[in-house]
Amino acid sequence: MTSSTNVSCFHEARRVAIFGGTHGNEMSGVTLVNLWIQNGKEIQRKGVETKPFITNPRAVEKCTRYVDTDLNRAFTTENLSAPSGDDLPYEVQRAQQINEIFGPKGSPEAYDVIFDLHNTTSNMGCTLILESSKDYFNLQMMHYIKNAIAPDSCPVLLTEHPLLKYSTSRSVAKHPIGLEVGPQPQGVLRSNIFESMRVVLKHALDFIELFNKGLEFPPCTVDVFRVSEKMDYPRDTNGNIIAMVHPNLQDCDWEPLNPGDPMFQTFDGTTIRYEGAGTVYPTFINEAAYYEKQQAFVTTRRETLAAGAIKKT
Amino acid sequence: MEPVSLPAQSRVALCGGTHGNEMSGVYLVRELQRQKLEKVGSATLTTVISNPRAVQMCKRYTDVDLNRCFTDAILSSPVTDATPYEVRRAQELNTLLGPKGSVGAMDLVCDLHNTTANMGLSLISYSDQDCVILHIYRQIQRKITSVPVRFILLDLPLADAYSQDSLGKHGFSIEVGPQPHGVVRADIFNIMKEAVDQTLAWVQCFNSGSAFEGGEVDDVYTFVKSVDYPRDPETNEITAAIHPQLQDRDFCLLHPGDPMFLMFSGEIVKYEGVEVLHPYFVNECAYYEKSIAFHLARKMTLTIPPLQVKRD
Repeated sequence: MTSSTNVSCFHEARRVAIFGGTHGNEMSGVTLVNLWIQNGKEIQRKGVETKPFITNPRAVEKCTRYVDTDLNRAFTTENLSAPSGDDLPYEVQRAQQINEIFGPKGSPEAYDVIFDLHNTTSNMGCTLILESSKDYFNLQMMHYIKNAIAPDSCPVLLTEHPLLKYSTSRSVAKHPIGLEVGPQPQGVLRSNIFESMRVVLKHALDFIELFNKGLEFPPCTVDVFRVSEKMDYPRDTNGNIIAMVHPNLQDCDWEPLNPGDPMFQTFDGTTIRYEGAGTVYPTFINEAAYYEKQQAFVTTRRETLAAGAIKKT
Repeated sequence: MEPVSLPAQSRVALCGGTHGNEMSGVYLVRELQRQKLEKVGSATLTTVISNPRAVQMCKRYTDVDLNRCFTDAILSSPVTDATPYEVRRAQELNTLLGPKGSVGAMDLVCDLHNTTANMGLSLISYSDQDCVILHIYRQIQRKITSVPVRFILLDLPLADAYSQDSLGKHGFSIEVGPQPHGVVRADIFNIMKEAVDQTLAWVQCFNSGSAFEGGEVDDVYTFVKSVDYPRDPETNEITAAIHPQLQDRDFCLLHPGDPMFLMFSGEIVKYEGVEVLHPYFVNECAYYEKSIAFHLARKMTLTIPPLQVKRD
């Protein structure tokens, strides 16, 4: 990447992957990727090799989130550099294979862009997940997508955090983008959720095509929600949850949660209130898969990120 | 109609976790156990987590669907090393809550379920002649106004009745949705709790001699048939999703020509039946593997007789 007169230049995005089934029971991505494996016309763009790929086929086959361990947490340096072997958990073996095909992570040979398709039981709408606040290419793409789908909204979740950031399957690429669409129950395919994901991807691929043609994208700003803190359910001494997300908070992803607002309701009807210092914006509220990760929701703070102008080298 | 008198409902059972990932019932039963609720007026209350292994794994079942194991045939089948966990468990539950069809069975079995379908609060049972169940339904329908309350009738003889509630002399399931499996939503939990509270309140009133007047109950739906998803003939994978105009519209009217499915290719598949029917269990997660996209039902109204407890 070189800079001249404040325009950041990136190489053409020639190798793009679309991952589905990283969690085998998140059906929109599984369905879209299988569709495109059979007939990829819809995702073809001039000058781009777009590869649809099922990342966790065993989990997809069993319609379960994972077989041994969460694939979307498995791309740690430790796992990727471990000696390969059949004794490794299935998903760690799979992470190593994916790193070989689409990486190696961090190297010049890695894929340019990977879109990782996910669903959530939370009411997050069409959320884009950004891993780095300094990735101008991704910021410009997200700015483009947000404009393209307006007046519908596309919140951007920034997971850049020393403790809360996790090693995703898409992190193998130079420019990783997560698409998290909900609410949808695990194992269920809802037509509206499926079509929203399809539309967002179309705009994303349009952006890549325009970029590759040489279009310069002027400086822009993107409003994001930066992850702040993981909030667990209240639990008893045996680790069992003793309260549920409060009806006032349920489905209110991206809305302000103020100190004193109801947060949880115990099974016998008592309200537990939020006692943080200031207003936060919760998301991933009541995600099914996060009960075992001790997370009822995650708090975020609003931020505006600036991206410089970009064009292809 | 002639008034009916029936014995007191002295032994009541409340079951949760028959499907291990249907969380309202799991947490409600655990909460009642924590509160040590064992009596309802003069009646005893037995609370059961029906499929503890599935609950522990937060899955619908481990080997086979427990809530299809209560037919006479399966309950009396010999147990071998190859017998699935849920079949053994069904036989254990039959000993605890039944035996099905016998004098020793629980008076009332109430089984708690959730669905990913937008079914509000539905009571499901086998008979349109069971005055206890129908009066409970009427009470719940009158007292709970925050969600639609409906009754679903499965027309099956007792021997073929496959669900756990058939173990009791009187039995029904409480089905509340929509809720994703593996998730507990406070609003859905609160509805289920209210339905259980109303059921136990009715039992207490009935046992203490209250007279319940006869009358009509509406929003009764009788199962007619199921409809599967369009599938690829070679791979058997689904090739369409429930159409947006049908999604979340359980119990609406489905007319000939109305959209049912939206193919991934964009085509619309329309309902081609002759009769106007009511879909329910629309897009229930657990039914994909049973080849069911939704059920269709006929709507009716029932007349129920006055009811009072039989005095000795």
